[in-house]
Amino acid sequence: MSTLLKLSRWIDRLSEFVGRWVAWLVLAAVLISAANAVVRKAFDMSSNAFLEIQWYLFAAVFLLAAGYTMLRQEHVRIDVLLHRFARRTQVKIEIFGIVVFLFPFVVAVVNLAWPLVVRSYVSGEMSSNAGGLIRWPVFALLPLGFGLLGLQGISELIKRIAFLKGLAADPAIKVQAKTAEEELAEAIRARAEGAKR
Amino acid sequence: MMEFLHADMAPVMFVGLIVFLLMGFSVAFSLAACGLFFGYLGVEIGLLPASLMQALPLRIFGIMANETLLAIPFFTFMGLILERSGMAEDLLDTIGQLFGPIRGGLAYAVILVGAMLAATTGVVAASVISMGLISLPIMLRYGYDRRVASGVIAASGTLAQIIPPSLVLIILADQLGRSVGDLYKGAFIPGFVLTGLYIAYVLIVTMWRPAWAPALPREARSIREDDGTPGLRSLGLLFVVSVAVALAFAKTRPATMATDEVIVLSMLVGVGLAFVLAVLNKLLRLKLLSRMAERVTFVLIPPLALIFLVLGTIFLGVATPTEGGAMGATGALIMAFARRRLSLKLMRQAMDSTMKLSSFVVFILLGSTVFSLAFQGVDGQKWVEHLLTGLPGGQLGFLIVVNLLIFFLAFFLDFFELSFIVIPMIGPVAEKLGIDLVWFGVLLAVNMQTSFMHPPFGFALFYLRSVAPTDDYTDRVTKQPIPRVTTEQIYWGAVPFVAIQVIMVGLIIAFPNLVSGGLARKGDLDVTNIRIDAPPPKDSKEMDAGRLMGVDPAASAPAGEDPMEAVRRVLEQDKNRK
Repeated sequence: MSTLLKLSRWIDRLSEFVGRWVAWLVLAAVLISAANAVVRKAFDMSSNAFLEIQWYLFAAVFLLAAGYTMLRQEHVRIDVLLHRFARRTQVKIEIFGIVVFLFPFVVAVVNLAWPLVVRSYVSGEMSSNAGGLIRWPVFALLPLGFGLLGLQGISELIKRIAFLKGLAADPAIKVQAKTAEEELAEAIRARAEGAKR
Repeated sequence: MMEFLHADMAPVMFVGLIVFLLMGFSVAFSLAACGLFFGYLGVEIGLLPASLMQALPLRIFGIMANETLLAIPFFTFMGLILERSGMAEDLLDTIGQLFGPIRGGLAYAVILVGAMLAATTGVVAASVISMGLISLPIMLRYGYDRRVASGVIAASGTLAQIIPPSLVLIILADQLGRSVGDLYKGAFIPGFVLTGLYIAYVLIVTMWRPAWAPALPREARSIREDDGTPGLRSLGLLFVVSVAVALAFAKTRPATMATDEVIVLSMLVGVGLAFVLAVLNKLLRLKLLSRMAERVTFVLIPPLALIFLVLGTIFLGVATPTEGGAMGATGALIMAFARRRLSLKLMRQAMDSTMKLSSFVVFILLGSTVFSLAFQGVDGQKWVEHLLTGLPGGQLGFLIVVNLLIFFLAFFLDFFELSFIVIPMIGPVAEKLGIDLVWFGVLLAVNMQTSFMHPPFGFALFYLRSVAPTDDYTDRVTKQPIPRVTTEQIYWGAVPFVAIQVIMVGLIIAFPNLVSGGLARKGDLDVTNIRIDAPPPKDSKEMDAGRLMGVDPAASAPAGEDPMEAVRRVLEQDKNRK
């Protein structure tokens, strides 16, 4: 079990690392899209490469961050019944969900997408738009993102089993200290204090 | 058993969906698992072709290449940067002081600022938290009824959901296969009417129970002239002059210009004039304008500039909603930087939150895609259609049932889940019944707004609870003890606004022109008209996927063909080319 927990920590660190760097792609997409819009109108210039790189970036953001989002427990759930159960029951349901819901989804998508990625890589397929980008990198994001998601699923599974065995803390305690909403509330309070002094 | 499954796979699958979702595991994966389970079961018993799931990667590639969805991270990022720029606080403070000394004034200020924040971005949590921290303590200090105060704040925050640019409308547009710009235009008037209804509610409260929303004493106003006068005459004059110039400008526009274009340009002229006058007054120390007039003008400029940058450019057709979102996000960055509120920490946090939201939202969409692939395969769409078209009362019967359904589901589901799970099922039925999908989308958006206000899971109530005082405290200014705000007060405060929401749904059904007024196409429910305007949504998505895979779109899908067939054929073609 301790080897597994080590593995789980290693996966968590990987997801953390990926999340930290992929986040910058959000900013990149914003700036490229804004610049593209201004240039298109102001100079009547347009480039398909710049249009396509936007959705390449967005695809990278939501696919590669899927595992990180799971680490942060931000994949929304319907809480109507779940919160009535005892904590141990909730964890058991989560284990069931990971094994029976998540893993088949990951395996199915990776299996189905892989041949398409290989084919587009071998054929060197390009966008059908003039000046468009090569396709295989964006296709490859799909198995890659789902792979990361599957890995994080393994880590979450380990953490939950360890919790049931009393070997680890409750995995539901959020890793991150504060949410964006809490930070906002704090910032407003701090400024209100400052203004009154 | 087998026969039963063959004949009734769709309803079985539907019940399965509910069971899978209620289990409480992440919605995205539960949806996908439900689709996979029934998909493979269907293949196993020979109900579905073995190649069914082959279409899945193509559909996912289609989602990845969907330009509309790009607007989601852009507007989210914009909102997250903007909420920390201090704009909301300045607005609440200034407008609160302006209206405070009239009865119900603070409540009006909260509603108006809520509407204005809603028009700049669309983050309910940010609005509710700002108002809960800035306006609620002042309302409590001067004896507002707690239910009225918390209800107004929670409801005004949810205006972000209906007034464009909002995420709900983007997602609904995507799911209904209509343009985001059309939904934005369609939602504009209902958004304003709804704001008006909120104001009317406060007005009624002030007449029926004046003690519930008292006027603030004059000392509460800190922005005033040296001689103690509030300086309202100067503000009024500035307002009249600006409006007059804007109206005069509108008159000079050629009659051929589209109405929304004239409105946007005239407003720009009026606001620009007020701004120039205020700047001149400040720079040259003319003292022609009162402090209040100057302050109000300066505090209104940032949000109005952003509204123009985003909505103005979208309505004028200069930018697509996605581009508008990107420009708005850039504008918010520049504004936060200019106010020295932009830090690396804030950037990281905004990017991080945007990334997580994008990921969970798109994954719900991916899950629902897996589900709908199998559901369409077992003719689920026909089953739903049969259920809903068989209702008495035709269109109206359908609308009533669907709205009741959404209203009750909104107690448990948030709008992402509603949009991705329920809309794909009822959208095609609405279209079959000859309902304009832009109108339908706006109607549902108003209805879904209640999902933020329904106790006990409504997000707006949750965020208000997180910032409203949970302990009795002593007010800083009056030194009076103030009791805490109870959760029950917050819940009861929301009830009248949920009722207003229902009234608004009724108004939109009774007066369809409320939605279509801003559109070139007046709200006719003529089926033929709709067909010409846009190809069926599913089809165009498959075409995208086809194009993505390097297949000639013209050859891939003749209009009106079953999307499943189209995908299968795309795959065939691909095989042949090898």
